[in-house]
Amino acid sequence: MSSSSRSVRQVSVGRTVAWVLLFILLIVTLFPFYWMLRTAFSDNTQLPGHPNSLLPVETTLGAFKRVLGLSSIEEAQAQGGSGAAVNFWLYLRNSLVVATITTVCQVFFSAMAAYAFARLRWPGRDKVFAVFLAALMVPPIFTTLPNFVLIKNLGLLNSFAGIILPGAFMTPFAIFFLRQFFLGINRELEEAAMIDGAGHRRIFFGMIIPLSAAPIATLAILTYINSWNDYFWPLLVGQQENVRVLTVALGVFRSQTPQGGPDWAGLMAATLIAALPMIILFLAFAKRITNSIGFSGIK
Amino acid sequence: VTATTNAPPDTRRSHGDSGAPPGKRRSLGDLKVAMIFIAPATLGFVVFYIWPTLRGAYLSFTEYSLLSAPKFNGLANYDRMIHDSFFWNALGVTVEYVVINIGLQTVLAVGIAMLMYRLTKSITVRAIILAPYLVANVVVALVWYWMLDVQVGIVNTFLGWVGIDPIAFFGDSHWAIPTVAGINVWRHMGYTALLVFAGLQTIPSYVYEAAEVDGSTEWKTFWRITLPLLRPVLVMVLVVTMIGSFQIFDTVAVTTQGGPINATRVIYYYIYERAFTRFDFGYASAMALVLFAILAVVSLVQLRLLRARESDLA
Repeated sequence: MSSSSRSVRQVSVGRTVAWVLLFILLIVTLFPFYWMLRTAFSDNTQLPGHPNSLLPVETTLGAFKRVLGLSSIEEAQAQGGSGAAVNFWLYLRNSLVVATITTVCQVFFSAMAAYAFARLRWPGRDKVFAVFLAALMVPPIFTTLPNFVLIKNLGLLNSFAGIILPGAFMTPFAIFFLRQFFLGINRELEEAAMIDGAGHRRIFFGMIIPLSAAPIATLAILTYINSWNDYFWPLLVGQQENVRVLTVALGVFRSQTPQGGPDWAGLMAATLIAALPMIILFLAFAKRITNSIGFSGIK
Repeated sequence: VTATTNAPPDTRRSHGDSGAPPGKRRSLGDLKVAMIFIAPATLGFVVFYIWPTLRGAYLSFTEYSLLSAPKFNGLANYDRMIHDSFFWNALGVTVEYVVINIGLQTVLAVGIAMLMYRLTKSITVRAIILAPYLVANVVVALVWYWMLDVQVGIVNTFLGWVGIDPIAFFGDSHWAIPTVAGINVWRHMGYTALLVFAGLQTIPSYVYEAAEVDGSTEWKTFWRITLPLLRPVLVMVLVVTMIGSFQIFDTVAVTTQGGPINATRVIYYYIYERAFTRFDFGYASAMALVLFAILAVVSLVQLRLLRARESDLA
């Protein structure tokens, strides 16, 4: 056998193995999502009898009805629920309120600050920016404890304001991210607008924001996802039902589940409800989100 | 003052690169407008970042139960920390978690990034790999909590097929931390792989072409060329992911809650317990400050390594 044909075969064997590995990786990535779906549509009392059935066991919407508070206690218990009152509609609404307000405020105020850091000239600008960036180094738990004290003293425990306020004004990352894009906008455009008599407010709203629509949208999506997925802060300040967000509700639901016969179907239906909006958001913006990672990750 | 729609004329003139008048007015530049634009962000920054950082440092030298004003007690919290076996246990457990989590995650991420780089540029593949990262920690933790259940979990069913006895992933103190670490590897490896993937694309193709001309094998090229050139990106990725890894909380909070017998009582969880179930805010703040210091040292050491590497890139 000639050496060249041997190397061709080695390469193709190598590539085949590589494709198989990639395929396995995709299955390992997707399987838990499928298993969540499969369990959520199953009848909880029947689950232990068919642990390895690939399809839902006794397909039913019972688990969803249970966690959305749509079935009676008897119905819920007949299908293996705990019978405790849960209302994931309410938690879904709360998550929507918190994530939406946080995202709109944080991105807008961060864009304003990024404009001042990128497009305006003032003494001490770069030093102030460096101080803002340095805050990335402080681990959240360190500021969380005093922030909790502050929110408590303001009487904002168990209110939307208490959950939203700390994240509503800025994050160092958001300012850094937008500043990068604002820096790249052509100065001549701005100067032409100035000559036409436009002020900074008009330049910011009429030029900078429209020209940066794509990065602002990317940042907004990432902020929304982070805010939606946050657990620690809402756990501390938003325990009560009227402001309880989905992640906190999931933790509560899990701890209420009896050790003997957990309501796995209900739990998976609840996690699916919590994950679904993010999955939909991701399906809609997969390309934008995926392409942003190379940039946003290296902070 | 804040209602000005148009910038004052002197600001306008001094703005551009050219034609700015020299002297004092130039040095103030757009200060007035800038103050308006950074006002909301600065308010948030001072109230929710700067002030709590200073206050947190102060609280670490006090005894504070939330009920009465903080009482200064010098280094008592730190002295107590040195003698607190739970603190050392928490630190040890956290380090074990970080080592397993970051070690496994980094190796897998580099492997996945190489696979994608060599096989496909498909955005679909990249999107699927990223998907777990976009789902909440809590959701991921609960799905795996179910899949790894000792009695009816599908993973133990799979293990049964290859003749392995069921494993109590969360109930066995030897398995608990590796399990929690593994779950978070599953959530983060795709994200980390995309970061490495971005780094791979910055390596110029002529380097590979030269290697091929020299008859280098794929394996040799990876160790001698790809990995060394990837080092700056890898160090950056390590800094970012390791800081995140030290802050493991969500997964533990919804699954093991520190158990079995302290096996997963990581430092974040221990601080949380001290502060919010014992209302021991002074002591909790002291531990948070120590964690802060550890993270700062870890990042500094890693960044030093990064700088050392830059020279052998040229």
